[in-house]
Amino acid sequence: MSPAISLTAIGLVVVATIGIGLFGLRISRTTSDFYVASRAVSPRWNASAISGEYLSAASFLGVAGLVLVNGADMLWFSVGYTVGYLMLLVLVAAPLRRSGAYTLPDFAETRFESPVVRRICAGLVVGIGTLYLLPQLHGAGLAVQTVTGAPPQVGAMIVAVIVVINVAAGGMRSITFVQAFQYWLKLTALATPIFVILLVWHQPVGVLDSLHGAAAEWAEPLSRAGGRDHPLYATYSLLLALCFGTMGLPHVLVRFYTNPDGRAARRTTVVVLALLGLFYLFPPMYAVLGRTFAPDLVGTGGDTVVLELPGRVFPGTAGDLLGALVAAGAFAAFLSTSSGLTVAIAGVIDQDLLRSRLHRWTGGDYVAVNSFRIAALIAMIVPYLAFTVTGALSLADTVGLAFALAASTFCPLLVLGIWWRRMSTTGAAAGLVVGGIAASAAALVNVSGAPQGGWPRALVGQPAAWTMPLAFLTVIVVSKLTPDRIPAGTARSMVRLHTPEAVDVDRGPAPLTNRSTSAARPARHA
Amino acid sequence: MFARRRKHFGTPADKATYATLHTASLASPHLREGLTPAAAGKASRHLRDLLGTAAIAICDSSGVLAWDGVGGPYESNHRRDAKDLAATTLRSGRTAVLGAHDVACGDPQCPIRTAVVAPIVTEERVVAVLVAYSNNTSAALVRATEEVARWVSGQVELAELNKERTRAMEAELRALRAQISPHFIYNALAAIASFVRTDPERARELLLEFADFSRYALRRGGEFTTLADELRNVERYLVLEQARFGDRLKVSLQIAPEVLPVVIPFLVVQPLVENAVRHGLEGTTGVGNITIRARDQINEAEISVEDDGAGSDPEVIRAALSGESGSDSVGLGNVDARLRQVYGDTYGLVVETAVDAGTKVTFRIPKYSSGVHASP
Repeated sequence: MSPAISLTAIGLVVVATIGIGLFGLRISRTTSDFYVASRAVSPRWNASAISGEYLSAASFLGVAGLVLVNGADMLWFSVGYTVGYLMLLVLVAAPLRRSGAYTLPDFAETRFESPVVRRICAGLVVGIGTLYLLPQLHGAGLAVQTVTGAPPQVGAMIVAVIVVINVAAGGMRSITFVQAFQYWLKLTALATPIFVILLVWHQPVGVLDSLHGAAAEWAEPLSRAGGRDHPLYATYSLLLALCFGTMGLPHVLVRFYTNPDGRAARRTTVVVLALLGLFYLFPPMYAVLGRTFAPDLVGTGGDTVVLELPGRVFPGTAGDLLGALVAAGAFAAFLSTSSGLTVAIAGVIDQDLLRSRLHRWTGGDYVAVNSFRIAALIAMIVPYLAFTVTGALSLADTVGLAFALAASTFCPLLVLGIWWRRMSTTGAAAGLVVGGIAASAAALVNVSGAPQGGWPRALVGQPAAWTMPLAFLTVIVVSKLTPDRIPAGTARSMVRLHTPEAVDVDRGPAPLTNRSTSAARPARHA
Repeated sequence: MFARRRKHFGTPADKATYATLHTASLASPHLREGLTPAAAGKASRHLRDLLGTAAIAICDSSGVLAWDGVGGPYESNHRRDAKDLAATTLRSGRTAVLGAHDVACGDPQCPIRTAVVAPIVTEERVVAVLVAYSNNTSAALVRATEEVARWVSGQVELAELNKERTRAMEAELRALRAQISPHFIYNALAAIASFVRTDPERARELLLEFADFSRYALRRGGEFTTLADELRNVERYLVLEQARFGDRLKVSLQIAPEVLPVVIPFLVVQPLVENAVRHGLEGTTGVGNITIRARDQINEAEISVEDDGAGSDPEVIRAALSGESGSDSVGLGNVDARLRQVYGDTYGLVVETAVDAGTKVTFRIPKYSSGVHASP
């Protein structure tokens, strides 16, 4: 692979990203037409943006690598990443939008009226976000290493620095159109090489042949290809994590806020399902072709198959160009997902952990923007340090752990919080703590060196199948034990969450009493 | 190290003082909620620590608010009698020391034989009594009970003040209801009148706009709306102003679509636009440009209204914001006060202006704020 062309392509993506970040705000649309200006983001645009931000390094590089190495079982990754949105659609999308919450801690506060639950949620958002940023940095390192041979720290550093500068300078934010564009860029970058390969190369039969004989086990479900024990358990556990983890990802909820109402939130989710379904057609194709053209990558973990395949099929300029396209797409994936995550984490750090302290330390003499910048720096430094300390876990595996943590904490909080009236504040806190400790303990063991073989490895490698029921059970049992801690405003919250906006119902007490508590706030400082 | 630091805490007498102050500080937040059974119950534990007696009770004229100390049959016996013990003091406001024949229940094992009853007084009125039960009464216990009761009185008085302040604030809030300016109503009707003969169709359209505007501005329901709805109303307002100013009024909008669903107090943008129209156009004959911007700032939305008109002296604006001058920019002061009431003091209006340099008014709205929901 020729580094020059690929580096140019990556450079273009980076420059475009920074450029849009720095200057995008200035060329934001100006109009004197109220009808144009006050038109909400349509579900279609919003769905593209959600997909653009969601498709990370794990989707772009990781899934193909996993299928290449571990065989047909890994196809569940692409299914799970998509089906997560089905769960989101069915269980939480519309009520969550109606709650008016912007972040997950906001939802916890509005539903459970407890600063403690809110703070636990804030901590979990930072934890999940960090666990999710880790593979993005890892992917960036891999991509740069594959293209230039530089050590992985270089690529990770590049992405970390660009994202921090971009987010801190006020770019990329939540500009819907930029993220929507990223989806189509990624889809093009991933799909074009496959189409070219399939069109130019006329021996599809050969590929299918390679799937028989010696490699038959690879194409067989639950065959323990890749040396995984208890494939049935691992598959179900993975599916649970992916299906129920998506709703707890910090950067997903933030985007649902852009929908004008609950109905639009549902429509957006349906479009997201279609867009993701389309995208995930391609990574398995890379894996199948890689099995034929780059079988040596099986031994190296396979995460680079998407980057290397075009060069293997077409040695020469054509391969270089296609390789550059894929590399650029991969970088777009790292940048957009990392930016989205960093914004979401930094927002929570800023709001829940940093701002009040900064206010106290500086005696109120600070600028809100600076608080956010510091938060953005923290949000990226922690995963970067974690990346340099931990070794190279497989991309999709680390992401799987982030999903497992989300499924064991925010999923019970959201699903039961939205659908179960007798959930108590204590139950919510207990569920978050138990699920969080169980899943992060599994993640820690995994990152620091998983136990070898047998059930321990399966249980720790795919913890969702036991941590998620554990968290649900904790919430239910503790809520039953503490019926006096059911939030006083539960009935009101439920009406608000479940009544369509068009229906005119009493959504709460008169605003005056509502605000008297917050009105007392300034006077106390004075 | 630890031992040395210990020494700094001083003599045993000092330590006793600190311990007492600490116990009192534990009780005070509960007492500040007022003398409700729940609050009194939580505070009574600490009050008994202060007095070191077998049991204490807090009673008002309706009965026992809180009991702390010995339990079981002793508690139920004495709890029953407590109201009678308290009656005299509740009436007279004087401390009473009651001996065994008034108090003791007949059970020789019972640690309660005597009681000191001290009044809790706020604003010259006995609101409750503090009853300290013990084995035998000493002068020191009487003194201590009186002092603790007096301290409790102070805390309860503070609770009353707090309630008073909340009531005052709610009254202020009610007074701060969103307002539309009488000038605008007069000017709009005059402008419509001028079209009635020359262009009846346009006059009819304008009247309908005016009707929609008033329905929005005078609605009774919730105090909150979305930015999208508020902008729609600003549009109606500007259509009416354009009837008056024609081509002299130029408006441009820069709205990030991401912040359209943000919930804001209703009628906060319109008064700022009205202010911009007045400062930008009235008194001149040239064209006035008004720019309305809404930007996405992660957790917040930043909304600004800018005009290129005559501007004004910052001191005048400062006076308007602090409510001193009732004349020119009454809208600004009202919006500023309402924003601060809802979101806290860090969310007021920021006005940038100077004479002949135009005016820019900016404010921020948190995307989520507890208890704030739009009503349709």
